[in-house]
Amino acid sequence: MKTKTEIEPAAPGPKSARTVKIIGVGGAGVGLLDALNVEEFAGANFVAINTDAPSLAASSATVKIHLETKLLRGLGTGGDPERGRAIAEEQFATLKTACEGADVILIVAGLGGGAGSGISPVLARAAKETGALVLAFVTLPFMCEGNRRQQQARQSLEQLKSVADGVICLPSQKTFKLIDENTSVLDTFRITGGLLIEGVRGVWQLLTRPGLIQIHFDDLCSLVRDRHSESLFAFVEASGAGRSREIVEKLLAHPLLDEGRALAESDAVLVSLMGGKDLTMAEVNRVMEQIGRHCEQAQIIMGAAVDVEFKNHLSVTVIAAKHSIAVAPEPSIDLAPDDQGGQMTSRGAAARAGARCATPAPGFNLEQREQLLAKNAGRPRKATSKMRQEQLPLAIIAKGRFDNSDPTVHKGEDLDIPTFVRRGVAMN
Amino acid sequence: MFDDSNIIVGLEIGTSKICAVVGEQNADGTLNIVGLGQSPANGVRKGEIVDAALAEERVRNAIVEAEQMADVEIRSVYLGVTGGHLRGFNNRGVHPVVSADREISDDDVQDVIKNAKAINLPAENTVVHAVRQHFLVDGHDGITNPVGMLGARLEVDMHVVHGNTNRLQNSIRLVKGLQLEVEEIVFNGLASSLALLTSEQKELGALVIDIGGGTTDYVVYSDGVIKHTGALAVGGDHVSNDLGHGLKVQLSRAEKLKLEHGSALMDDAMKGRTLTISNELGLPLKTINVEHLQRIMSLRLEEIFQIIASDLEQAGLTDYLRAGVFLCGGCARVPQIAKLAEPILQMPVSLGQTNSISGLKSALDQPEFVTAIGLAKFGSLKTRKREGKSSIAQGIKGVFGKFLQRP
Repeated sequence: MKTKTEIEPAAPGPKSARTVKIIGVGGAGVGLLDALNVEEFAGANFVAINTDAPSLAASSATVKIHLETKLLRGLGTGGDPERGRAIAEEQFATLKTACEGADVILIVAGLGGGAGSGISPVLARAAKETGALVLAFVTLPFMCEGNRRQQQARQSLEQLKSVADGVICLPSQKTFKLIDENTSVLDTFRITGGLLIEGVRGVWQLLTRPGLIQIHFDDLCSLVRDRHSESLFAFVEASGAGRSREIVEKLLAHPLLDEGRALAESDAVLVSLMGGKDLTMAEVNRVMEQIGRHCEQAQIIMGAAVDVEFKNHLSVTVIAAKHSIAVAPEPSIDLAPDDQGGQMTSRGAAARAGARCATPAPGFNLEQREQLLAKNAGRPRKATSKMRQEQLPLAIIAKGRFDNSDPTVHKGEDLDIPTFVRRGVAMN
Repeated sequence: MFDDSNIIVGLEIGTSKICAVVGEQNADGTLNIVGLGQSPANGVRKGEIVDAALAEERVRNAIVEAEQMADVEIRSVYLGVTGGHLRGFNNRGVHPVVSADREISDDDVQDVIKNAKAINLPAENTVVHAVRQHFLVDGHDGITNPVGMLGARLEVDMHVVHGNTNRLQNSIRLVKGLQLEVEEIVFNGLASSLALLTSEQKELGALVIDIGGGTTDYVVYSDGVIKHTGALAVGGDHVSNDLGHGLKVQLSRAEKLKLEHGSALMDDAMKGRTLTISNELGLPLKTINVEHLQRIMSLRLEEIFQIIASDLEQAGLTDYLRAGVFLCGGCARVPQIAKLAEPILQMPVSLGQTNSISGLKSALDQPEFVTAIGLAKFGSLKTRKREGKSSIAQGIKGVFGKFLQRP
């Protein structure tokens, strides 16, 4: 493991003429980066950026950038994207040098916290200025992480969209479809991370494997850019004789594609097939025909590639982009709300026990864990019918004449509490 | 004596005061304000009734006062409603034109409006207003009257304001309990905008913010139609409550301090200045820092404008408000409030003048009365429309018309 090293121009990867840099930002991003740093991605340069020294120390990335100023007092951003942004702007030159020498930059981050949300947009801008193509892979927080984080994530996502060539976004909430009652919190975060990694892998394959029917990175970018909503992606693999049929079935059952509904609603779809030498035209045709049938409205960009190592194996990456604004990650409509609550509380103990001995899952940083634990400590096992951000009963703030009235809650803030109290303005 | 049919009454049951305005409809359709009654409210919180018995008493007082001043008997009112449960959104109705020649008929227009009004609302909600915006013929926007045009597909945009049925019924029942008829319920923000805006301003695009005692209502006009409405259950009461909490004084005292020393912006001259408040015997009770007082107020009012600004930004309306922002409601009296709002909303902000009503004495041109005056104006617009359809004159004309048409 190297510690802080000089940033050297990256050597081109063995399979591609392009230099690819994968940059993990923030706690979640750095965690995901470690999961990515395997044999398969040899040739990519890994850069870890965070404000939090311990998470960087644990990272296996070749280049680590620790953003620090006196302002933060070594405490990280404390979940405030403004601080993240401020420090990133301050160290803009550092970020820019880190990005130099790459043709394609993939930014991996978990939005919602301080570092990921604050630094990513600035980093994307820095990367853009070096002339690289910038694609961001980001996760949005779970609904239960609270309104503020959702809002911060949304805001950061908008900023990212305006600077990056493409943003592929994974609302964590969607992973609820992939987990069952007994999945632990650690596993849930691992699954979310895994999904994002699959997306990176799909794009990576697109970029590095020789294509029979080539998809240019520009195609990908033009697809995900200017669609004012998240791009959805799915990556499925199958092997054996009935692989093409299996692939289509898996795709249409994929939770991130809303069981295929997302395909029907999307207006541009990119399909990349990857198979061994034994990939037959009939298979390609079958897969494309099925996908085409489900998205008649959409413009379809298709690519196919052959990898010698891919014996008897077929993998498909689908990236679907929609124009409409109706793609907001569905709130807790399709799952019972107390379902979620139960998940958190009953699994809380497991998470706590696990957190002590094992390293936290990628994308599950200290801050998030603390938030979760705090939530569990606040109200044990009380299944509320409405999902609502709970308040710790630490400071009792008299609401005066509004004590007995229906609270005015706006974006998670109780407006009945005096503004100066909520904003922490000291009197006297 | 007045003919009762010409009398239109607007009744606003506000959080801080109840106000009844009596208007007289002239022959040419203009409205003349002839009476006003008000009474300090009790039993109302955030624009909604929490103690019906207390509130009823106060409403009766206001109505009686208005009756005496106008020398009429009030039988029916246009009732203003507000509250945090009110929501506004835009809805589009679609109707295919089926006639062979593709000419859009009156029936088509009625049908498309019906379609636009068919809205999926939660079971406990009812529609307060469904205001027509513009028609679209085959995707062409901005058509005000499509009858006679040719097209295959007729659409209409509606702005719908809806709210919780039970909470709306509370105030209606209270008024009915006083043997008064409720002609219609009207969203307070809409009423205020009617009183303040001229049609030119509506065309240019304007925002009306009515910051009352318990709620802040706002309405956005653009291209002459309502584009957006909102109600926020935060108002002057919150300012007083904040002051009570921050300065550690009683609510009644906080209210008084707000009126006497309040300001929306912090005054540099007030830095370090203190006030000594005394009890009923004249003995000094407490020393209060004026700077703190103003900061507490400033933060609260700033927050209200910020919430509105972010809402407008989300709705994408910020660039369409060329006539600017007009403030009304009791909080519009806070010194320098326009100056506070301007940088937040990034538009010229001024205090609204009820100049769209004729024959109004300047004594009535106060920000607190805007809503009630607007309610009366709403009533006059409604009755004018009704009369236009079924006046005797038209009836006679119709008979003669038929007579003349006979071969």
